[in-house]
Amino acid sequence: MIELIEVRKAFNQGKHNEFWALDGINLCIEAHRVTALCGPSGSGKTTLLTLIGCLARPTSGRARFKGEDISGLPERFLTQLRRRSFGFVFQQFNLIRGLSAEENIMLPAAPSGLPQHVVRARAAMLLDRLRLAHRRTARVEWLSGGEQQRVAIARALINDPEVLIADEPTANLDTTLAREFLAILESFASEGRTVILSSHDPLVIQSAAVHRVINMRDGRIVANYHDA
Amino acid sequence: MNIWIEQQRALIDFTLASLARRKARNLGLLAVYTLLVFVLASVALFSHALRHEATRVLADAPEIVLQRLVAGRHDLIPPGYLEKIGNIRGVQKMEGRLWGYYYDPVIKANYTFMVPSAGGVERGTIVIGAALERVRGLALETGISFRAYSGKLYSFVVADILPHDSELVSADLVLMHEDDFRTFFEFPAGHYTDIALAVANPQEVRNIAAKLAAALPDSRPILREEMLRTYASIFAWREGIVLAILSGAILAFAILAWDKAAGLSAEEKREIGILKAIGWETGDVIRMKIWEGVLISLTAFLVGYVAAYLHVFRGGGVLFEPVLKGWAVLYPRFQLAPEIDGLAVATLFFFTVVPYTAAVLVPIWRAATTDPDAVMR
Repeated sequence: MIELIEVRKAFNQGKHNEFWALDGINLCIEAHRVTALCGPSGSGKTTLLTLIGCLARPTSGRARFKGEDISGLPERFLTQLRRRSFGFVFQQFNLIRGLSAEENIMLPAAPSGLPQHVVRARAAMLLDRLRLAHRRTARVEWLSGGEQQRVAIARALINDPEVLIADEPTANLDTTLAREFLAILESFASEGRTVILSSHDPLVIQSAAVHRVINMRDGRIVANYHDA
Repeated sequence: MNIWIEQQRALIDFTLASLARRKARNLGLLAVYTLLVFVLASVALFSHALRHEATRVLADAPEIVLQRLVAGRHDLIPPGYLEKIGNIRGVQKMEGRLWGYYYDPVIKANYTFMVPSAGGVERGTIVIGAALERVRGLALETGISFRAYSGKLYSFVVADILPHDSELVSADLVLMHEDDFRTFFEFPAGHYTDIALAVANPQEVRNIAAKLAAALPDSRPILREEMLRTYASIFAWREGIVLAILSGAILAFAILAWDKAAGLSAEEKREIGILKAIGWETGDVIRMKIWEGVLISLTAFLVGYVAAYLHVFRGGGVLFEPVLKGWAVLYPRFQLAPEIDGLAVATLFFFTVVPYTAAVLVPIWRAATTDPDAVMR
C-alpha cells in the first residue's frame, strides 16, 4: 500500500548544520496491518511517519501510495490526500485548547464541505464507540490523559481514513491506558484500516496487536520483524 | 456551490468557537470597536442631516439679499434703493425687509425681531419661535414686555408659535407688525434692514448680482448659494472639531486593534500548525482568519452604525448636540429627518472593516505557509 524507495530526508540542507534524518530507506508497508517503527530517539521514526503521512516530502527517493507517486505532489494535492486518506494521533495529542471534545473531533472535516449534521453524527458515533459520549461538550483541557488521547483518535478517524498514523501514542499513558489503546488499534486493523505507529515502548512492540516491527537507527532500517 | 457553503459554515463555526475561547478579550475589543464606529457614524450622520436640513430650510430663502455697507459694516437701506433696483432686468420680485436683534437681559440671550413679508401679525401681538416659548415659559395669549433700546417698555401678546420643524432657523425668532417694529427700534420711516430679491432665471443670479453691485456701489449682494456654502463650512468645521478631539481615541483604538490583529501568539501559531497537519490547506487557514476579521469588524460596524442612527434620529444626537448644533441660550430643539449619505457609509465601512481584516491577515499569511510537519517535530 505504501512503498518507499531509496528515500532520504535532510534538514537545513546546504547549511552548516545540515542533518540527514533518513538515509536510504526502502520499505513496503502492507494494508490492513499494524506496523510499528521502533528505535531510539533520533533514529528517524517520526521523520519517516511524516513522509508516509504526506506531512513532508522526501529530499530524494520516491514515495508511493497505492501505486501513485506522491513524492513530487504540490502542497495542495498532498493536503487533500492527507485529509482523505490519513488520520494522525500525535504524541502530545495536539488538541486545540478551549474547544470541546466534539469541536476538536470535527475540525479535520471542516474543509471537506460535508454537511455539518453528517459530520456531527459521525463525531457522535466515534465518541460513543470510544466511550466518550458523556464528555462531548467538555473542553479538552478538562479531560484526563486517556480521554484526551481517545479524542485525538476520534479526530483522526472523522474523515474515515484508510491509514492511521500514531507518533509515540503510549508515551503519555500508564500501562492500563496503553493496553486499552492497543486494543483499539487491533479493532481498527480488523475493520480493514492500516495502522502505522512509532514507539520505543516494549509494551507496544511486544504486543500481539502489532503485526510488524521495523527497527531503526541513525536514519536507517536495521531490522524488520513480521509476526507469524 | 453547496460544498462551498458547507465549507464556509464549518469555518465560521470554528471561528466563532475560537473567538468564544477568549470571550472577555474579544468582547472588549468588539465593544471598543463598536463605540468607535458609533462615534464616527454619529458625527457623520448628524452633520449630514444638519446640512441637509439647512439646505431644505434655505431652499425658500431669496436668491439674493442686498445689504448696504458703511465703513464695511452693515447699515440701513435708505429710501430710493428699491426704485433703483426696479430698473434692473431679470429681477422678478423685490422686497425691503425689516429685522434686528434684541438682547433680553432676563435670559441673557439674543432674539431676532422680524417683520414677516406676508404680514399677518396684528399690531400689539407677536409670533414667537419654539425655543423662546420654552425658555420664557410663554403660551398663546400670554403677554410679554420688552424694554426697547430707548428705555421704553413695550408689551405684546403672543398670537402664535412657529412650527417646530423650522426650529433650526426660527428658534429665537419674534415676528411682529411693521409699525410695532419701527416704533420699538425707532426705525426711520422708508428705511429697511436689507432687500430680498427673487430672480426669474437661476442662471442669471450672478449677472444680476454684478449689476446690483455696479448700480449700488455701497451695497453687497449675498447669494443664496453663498449662504448654503457658509452653513456647509460651519457644519464641516464643527465636524472637524469633534473629529480632532476624537483623533486621540481613534489612534488608541488603531494601536489596540493592530496589536490584537497583527500579533500572533505562540499558541495561535501552534494551532495553525495543528490545523495544517490534520488536513487544512493554507487557503482554509486564511479563509478562517478572514472570517474572524470580517465577523468582528462587520458586527462592530453594523451595531455601531445602527446605534448611531438611533442616537442621532431617535435620541436627537444628545452626545454631540452642543458642538454640532452650536452654542446658544435659545437652543433649537428639533427632530432631524433621517438622511443617510451613501458615500459616507461606504467610506466609514472601508476605513473600519477593511483595515482590521487586513491587519488580521498579514501575520497569518506567514504562519499559514509553515510546513505541516512542524507539529510532529
